Amino acid sequence: MAEIEKKAAVDRSDDIQDATPNVTEVETVDAATEEAAVEAIEAPVERGEPILQVRNLVKHFPLTQGILFKRQIGAVKAVDGISFDLYQGETLGIVGESGCGKSTVAKLLMTLETATAGEVFYKGQDITRLSGRALRAVRRNIQMVFQDPYTSLNPRMTVGDIIGEPYEIHPEVAPKGDRRRKVQELLDVVGLNPEYINRYPHQFSGGQRQRIGIARGLALNPEIIICDEPVSALDVSVQAQVINLMEKLQDEFNLSYVFIAHDLSIVRHISDRVGVMYLGKMAEIGTDTEIYDHPTHPYTQALLSAVPVPDPESREGRERIILAGDVPSPANPPSGCRFRTRCWKAEDRCSKEVPLLAVPERFAGSDTPAAHESACHFAEEKDVVHA
Amino acid sequence: MTTIEKTTSATSRVEESDDGTPLLEVRDLHVEFHTREGLAKAVNGVNYSVRAGETLAVLGESGSGKSVTAQAIMGILDMPPGKIPQGQILYRGEDMLTMSNEERRKIRGRKIAMIFQDALSALNPVLSVGYQLGEMFRVHQGLSKKEAKAKAIELMDRVRIPAAKERVGDYPHQFSGGMRQRIMIAMALALEPDLIIADEPTTALDVTVQAQVMDLLAELQREYNMGLILITHDLGVVADVADKIAVMYAGRIVETAPVHELYKRPAHPYARGLLESIPRLDRKGQELYAIKGLPPNLLKVPSGCAFNPRCPKAEDICSTEIPVLHQVTEQDGTELPGRGSACHFWKETLHG
Repeated sequence: MAEIEKKAAVDRSDDIQDATPNVTEVETVDAATEEAAVEAIEAPVERGEPILQVRNLVKHFPLTQGILFKRQIGAVKAVDGISFDLYQGETLGIVGESGCGKSTVAKLLMTLETATAGEVFYKGQDITRLSGRALRAVRRNIQMVFQDPYTSLNPRMTVGDIIGEPYEIHPEVAPKGDRRRKVQELLDVVGLNPEYINRYPHQFSGGQRQRIGIARGLALNPEIIICDEPVSALDVSVQAQVINLMEKLQDEFNLSYVFIAHDLSIVRHISDRVGVMYLGKMAEIGTDTEIYDHPTHPYTQALLSAVPVPDPESREGRERIILAGDVPSPANPPSGCRFRTRCWKAEDRCSKEVPLLAVPERFAGSDTPAAHESACHFAEEKDVVHA
Repeated sequence: MTTIEKTTSATSRVEESDDGTPLLEVRDLHVEFHTREGLAKAVNGVNYSVRAGETLAVLGESGSGKSVTAQAIMGILDMPPGKIPQGQILYRGEDMLTMSNEERRKIRGRKIAMIFQDALSALNPVLSVGYQLGEMFRVHQGLSKKEAKAKAIELMDRVRIPAAKERVGDYPHQFSGGMRQRIMIAMALALEPDLIIADEPTTALDVTVQAQVMDLLAELQREYNMGLILITHDLGVVADVADKIAVMYAGRIVETAPVHELYKRPAHPYARGLLESIPRLDRKGQELYAIKGLPPNLLKVPSGCAFNPRCPKAEDICSTEIPVLHQVTEQDGTELPGRGSACHFWKETLHG
């Protein structure tokens, strides 16, 4: 079923391929056997080398009509051709409004959803095509921390069972007799008392529960952790604690993070590079300074200017871009540039030509921080004051 | 239409009423809940006041008692298990807690209205938004169905919902989050109240939509010269719109200050900790300042100052004596108007 769906979508998606001339060439590994694939996956990656390479990733959720004979009448284009690299040891922040496809990207990277088209290369292996032992090896190395620590922990399991559950699926990581000790070590690492191993989730506060979620993510010694809004459900005074913990763990275990959040100031604090998504597409991507201090895409500028600054002195004379209306439906996105319906720069060209995510021509070759990838026909710098 | 605009000086014009009494004054309010686990003291002696045209921001974490105070003012607290053992809530000098239910109903909605956080659960899913908006006019002013509907359309226009006439019959789920919040605002505004209590009005919204909604709220407040109590935990939103701030912790107000003063020189370690834990540019790559520990359990609030187990400055006196809200002064003793700090060591925190 999934196969058929995939094929149909590939035919349709011929026109939505996002040309990204500036992302690096993927060095694919051709593994003839499962053993070779597992071996490639277990191989270490040097710091600063790409560990995860996403190319033209597409996820369309079909919209159907009818009960018995389901006809597809359209598709929600949740992720519509995005490409980026994640380097070993870095944190890539992904920001965007709700409904822009951030969480779908997270699920695709986790192979919790099947991609409609496109590839996700993990150490040169396309994980969307893996199966069996190779896929298991990938899943061990890519873990996730969820948004809501209240619903992502099973209330009927003890903390020890929750954190130790990954070992049931991957027994090679910890032999049976060793598990209890491992779980206690993990509790200690995330700053919880190892004696809490027999308690239940409801006996913990939100911040502590998120630490349990993080401990579970760490259990299998992964290389990549995908964090989907890990602190947005927490109290302000506890958020900083969890962010500090995550940064400490990154150094300690040499992790790479994909950090999805809507709080722009936290994303800036933790990220080395930031990608801005709008309606299933990457609008702009670059280092944190490039995005926050030299944004060239109008959407990024609007997003940054809308963030309230925690300083009453800057209340006056600040330029704010108030976007009109809501995000259009991803089932029927605007033609051409997706942002054009809310953009103050939009011209005829924007409705006809899809802007490519590339370094804008006017900045190409120059050494300014504005020379980073931006998907806009009229990309230019605009200074916006922000947090 | 997307607009680029410069923010202007947003200082609201605060008007004294004829006899100098504030619009709303909360005096020594206590609220407790009788639960199976014991007595939870949610609010322990809160004092604050709002004048017409003024914006008071109540800042605090979950469990600090900020929403419970608001519910007590509105008279929508569940009683039992809730109980108000002492305190006064004065609306234009009259104590609402001693009023009859009939009298309170006349104030609720007509004089004091509330905007709730989660618009999807605050609106009735089986009634059209037009019907729910019109209910205000039918119940309070006795208008006919037709007149109420016309008024509802007018209100939806007022909060800039596009195509109000066509959408008046739509149901809440057919609107986006931002539009639903506008409907909540419209409902609160319907009878042009003197005071609006907004409980986390933008927490569930995206930043771009939050900017739209806060703008709208500020504009309507200026136009009708309403008082506004804004309950939030977002230090950014507070900095943008508030005139004065009350910081709450474990059911008490720990610091009060005009907005500029608080951000410049906090006089309570908790307020200082909150401000310092905001990620800042020059601290990138370093550890964020974090207040250690967890917010207290209301069933067993620490003795003395409730913040003492988490406070970097705590000394012996902090665990034995509950600090009162001290008037904060300059080093030379001149009073700083509107400033108070419930810390034994406010002098050190402010000047040190």
